[in-house]
Parts: sequence; structure tokens; C-alpha cells
Amino acid sequence: MLNPVIAGITVRATLGRRRALLFAIPAVVLIVLTVVLRATSPTGVVWPANVLGTFGFSVLLPLTALIIGTGVLGAEIDDGSVVHLLATPVRRRDVILTKFAVAAGLTALFAAVPELVAGLLAPNSGKLAWALFVGALVGSVVYSAVFVLASVLTTRAIAFGLLYVAIWEGVLSNLVGGVRILSIAHYALGVANAIYPDQDLQAGLGLPTSLILGTVITLGGLYLAIRRLQTFSLTGDPA
Amino acid sequence: MSVIEFRNVSRWYGNVVAVNDITMDIGPGVTGLLGPNGAGKSTILHMIAGFLAPSKGTLTLDGAATWRNPEVYRRLGLVPERDSVYAFLTGAQFVTATAKLHKLADPQRSAAWAIGLTEMAEAQDRKIATYSKGMRQRIKVAAALVHDPQILLLDEPFNGMDPRQRLHMMDLLSRLGDEGRTILFSSHILEEVERLSGTIQVMVAGRLAASGDFRAIRRLMTSRPHVFRVRTTDDRRLAAALVGRDYTHAVELTGKGLQVRTSDFGAFCEQIAVITRDENIRLTELLPTDESLESVFGYLIAK
Repeated sequence: MLNPVIAGITVRATLGRRRALLFAIPAVVLIVLTVVLRATSPTGVVWPANVLGTFGFSVLLPLTALIIGTGVLGAEIDDGSVVHLLATPVRRRDVILTKFAVAAGLTALFAAVPELVAGLLAPNSGKLAWALFVGALVGSVVYSAVFVLASVLTTRAIAFGLLYVAIWEGVLSNLVGGVRILSIAHYALGVANAIYPDQDLQAGLGLPTSLILGTVITLGGLYLAIRRLQTFSLTGDPA
Repeated sequence: MSVIEFRNVSRWYGNVVAVNDITMDIGPGVTGLLGPNGAGKSTILHMIAGFLAPSKGTLTLDGAATWRNPEVYRRLGLVPERDSVYAFLTGAQFVTATAKLHKLADPQRSAAWAIGLTEMAEAQDRKIATYSKGMRQRIKVAAALVHDPQILLLDEPFNGMDPRQRLHMMDLLSRLGDEGRTILFSSHILEEVERLSGTIQVMVAGRLAASGDFRAIRRLMTSRPHVFRVRTTDDRRLAAALVGRDYTHAVELTGKGLQVRTSDFGAFCEQIAVITRDENIRLTELLPTDESLESVFGYLIAK
């Protein structure tokens, strides 16, 4: 299922590009913000759950997943090097699953691990930190499936992803109750809240709903991405 | 021995027809796919390589369809035109990775064989990012050959190569063709095709304009009427002198000098100097006006 050669090339290509520097920015922002808030200790504000949960899951986590998820395959489609992978007997299913696994792994490394670090730095939030870490792992998986799919559907995956993160996850899912049912950030919050119940996380969904919908979106996204790659076309010059 | 068969194959993008009702067989040996830019050559190669579905008709490789059939890559190697490769890998790593993707029994050995064949052994441990365009082309050929395919497709393989690399690549493709492989390469340069392949398929505006032995098609190309623009100190007198020659089709006096149509390119070029000298006319400009490939191919279509 997973192809180690493709995984190795993908990791080197993803971390070797200039955009790799971008992966670290959301993580650095989160940790710096945590350190500043911890030092200033604002009174009357329950900030760890708000900053690490709501803000972390609906802005920083999807941004990291977007940059990585659209890069693992989309960059090769854009520059044409994907032909060297596809002109081999490797099944297209294995290409997608390997790219997805790399994207989810790197997103977990650059988003879920910083969530844990920031959570452990925040005051009195040891258990919350681990709950947020598991929630972020779930979010990494679901977001990666969606962004890998976007990269095989359109050459404008980054633009689509930015709009999705800014409007859907960043604004609508936090303002409109019904939108939460299709919000990956709320699936991640639902998982975190089930591990460490905290009202300030503002989790709109329970654990079963979060897991079921997260699984459906992940599997559905991967299925569609595989189908799309099976009919991947190179266009020639029309006469 | 592998054969590629096209039967009434068309491919269109929206309202634009890229390939129009093509029927042809491509068998063992080196075949050149010749045509001007935008003629549909890349579309043909992409369809054979399984990266594009025919809109109409059937395309098979040894009887099996190539679209949505990754198994064809066990017998087929593709060298795409774009020189985007994994630039962070060394040449050896790239070819070995391709061998592993083909699940070859001994990837290192197969990679060494393919790299040796393309004379890239000296540069194999350098990163591809440091390669010249010609070297990138050769390492792509090595990767396409690593599984020893029966069919090799190359899209504009000589682009960016210096003359020595070009000769070497021609020699390599000739040898592969002589071994019984089916080699199909595209080019818009007549001389490349002339030197390398006995059989050509000429594409113009999505249609197969000519097909078969190169020499016969070349004769058709050279025997076509040629058009020259001639400027002299006395155009009218030169026109009178040219009308009497049997190689002159037509002479027209225009605002920009004489437009002469001739059936014999060589005789006209030789005689024009003699005539102007004998008539004591000074020749100031002699310009062939229809030498572009498009006009040559256009003539083939008209035939």
C-alpha cells in the first residue's frame, strides 16, 4: 500500500523546497504567543483553551496542513515531475496513500507536536496539552486528506485552501452552529474535549460525531483523489 | 516486437481538435513523428503513454489499450519534453529510484546498465540540479530505459543538446531500434528526423499529412514549387528573361520586387546569378518566402 521509494522522495522534496520554511511559521507563532501570554498572565482570561484550541485548530493547524498537503503531490503535478512516478507500474492508489501518509505525518510533526509543546508551556494545562495533541493528530489526518484531494482536483489548491481556512474554518464554523458539522477543526476539538472536557474549548460536536464524520471525510477524500489520479491527463498542444 | 496501432483516433479539447482521425501502425525500428509546433505530436505521444484518453477511435499497444492501464509501463518507457526531474537527487539516485518503482530484481545493477548506456557514469553522483539541459535529457532517457522496455517514446529529445550530445543520442536511439525495439520520437526539425529514422509520420494541424519512407516524402517536399522574392535594378527585364525558362512557374511584378515561383529550387538558385550577369542587371535581394516548415507541411496536406 505505502511505497517507501515515493515516501522518501516526497519527504526530501517537501522539506527541501523553500516553502518548507513556511511550515515552521504557524508553530513558531503558537509557541511565541504561549510564552508571551504566560509571561504577561492576563487576568480573567482563560487563554490556553481559546488560543491553543479554537485558534490553533481552526487557523494554525489547517494552514500548516494546507502548505504541506497541497505540496506533497500538487508541486509535482505543477512542474510535471509527477510523470516520472506515474509512468511506472506503481498503482495510483499507492501513490495517493503514500503522499497522504507523508502529508499527515509532516503536519503532525509541524502542528500537533507544537500544540503539545505550547500546551505544556501554558500554566496548569498538562492534561489539556495531551488532549489538544491527540485532537491535533486527528485534525492533521483529516485536513491532509482534504488538501491532497484539492491538489489533484485543481492547480489553484492553495487559493482554494486559503479561502476555505479563512472563511469556513476561521469564521463560519465559529459563528454558525450548523456549519460545525462540516468543520474539521470542530472534529479535532470534539476529540480533545472528549479526552479532557473543558467548556472553554467550545467544542460543538461530541466524540462519536467527530470520529464518524472525520473518518467519512478522510476516506471519501482519499477515494476521490485516487479516482482522479487514475485518470490523470497530460495535455498536449492543441493544433 | 511491439506494435502501436491507431484506428481512427481523434482527440479534442473542448472545441479544439488536437488529433483528427488518425489511423497508423508504428512497429519496431526508429520512427520520427515530424510536424510544426502545435501539430498534435505531444498529444499522440501522451495518448500512447496512457496519459490521455482518445476522444474517439481505438489505440492499442500489442492489442491492449494504454489508457488507465499502468501495466503497459512494464513494456514502455517515456521521456517527457519538460525537463522537470527531482533536481535534489543525484543521477544515480533518480535512475535507481525508477528501477525500484518498477520492482526490478537488482535496481542498482539495472541503473548502472542504463546510466552506462547513456554515458552518464561520470556525472551520476552529481545532483541533477547541477546538470546541463542535455545531461538532464540523457538521465531521463536512462530512467526510461532502466527496465529495458520494448517501446521507448521520446518527446522532442534533442531540445537543448549540443551537437556532440545530439550525435550520441542519435547513435543510441539507432542502436536501440536496430535491436528490435519500437522507438518513436517527436521533432519539429526536419534534419533530425532525416538523420535518424527511415520511417516518418508527418503531422500537420492534427492530421496525418504523410506516412512512410522518409526519402519518398523528402522528394515530395523538395519537388514542390518554391517562392522567391527578387529585387534588382531592372525587375521588368529580369521577369522577361525568367519567363522563358522551363523551371519558372510564374513571375509577378509587385510593389516589393518580383515574386517568382519555380519548380526547381537548385536550378533557379544556380541560374539567377547567370541571368542577372548576362542581362547586366544588379541583384539586390534574393529571398525564399515559403521555407518555413509550416509551408512545407501545408504543401504535403494539399498533395
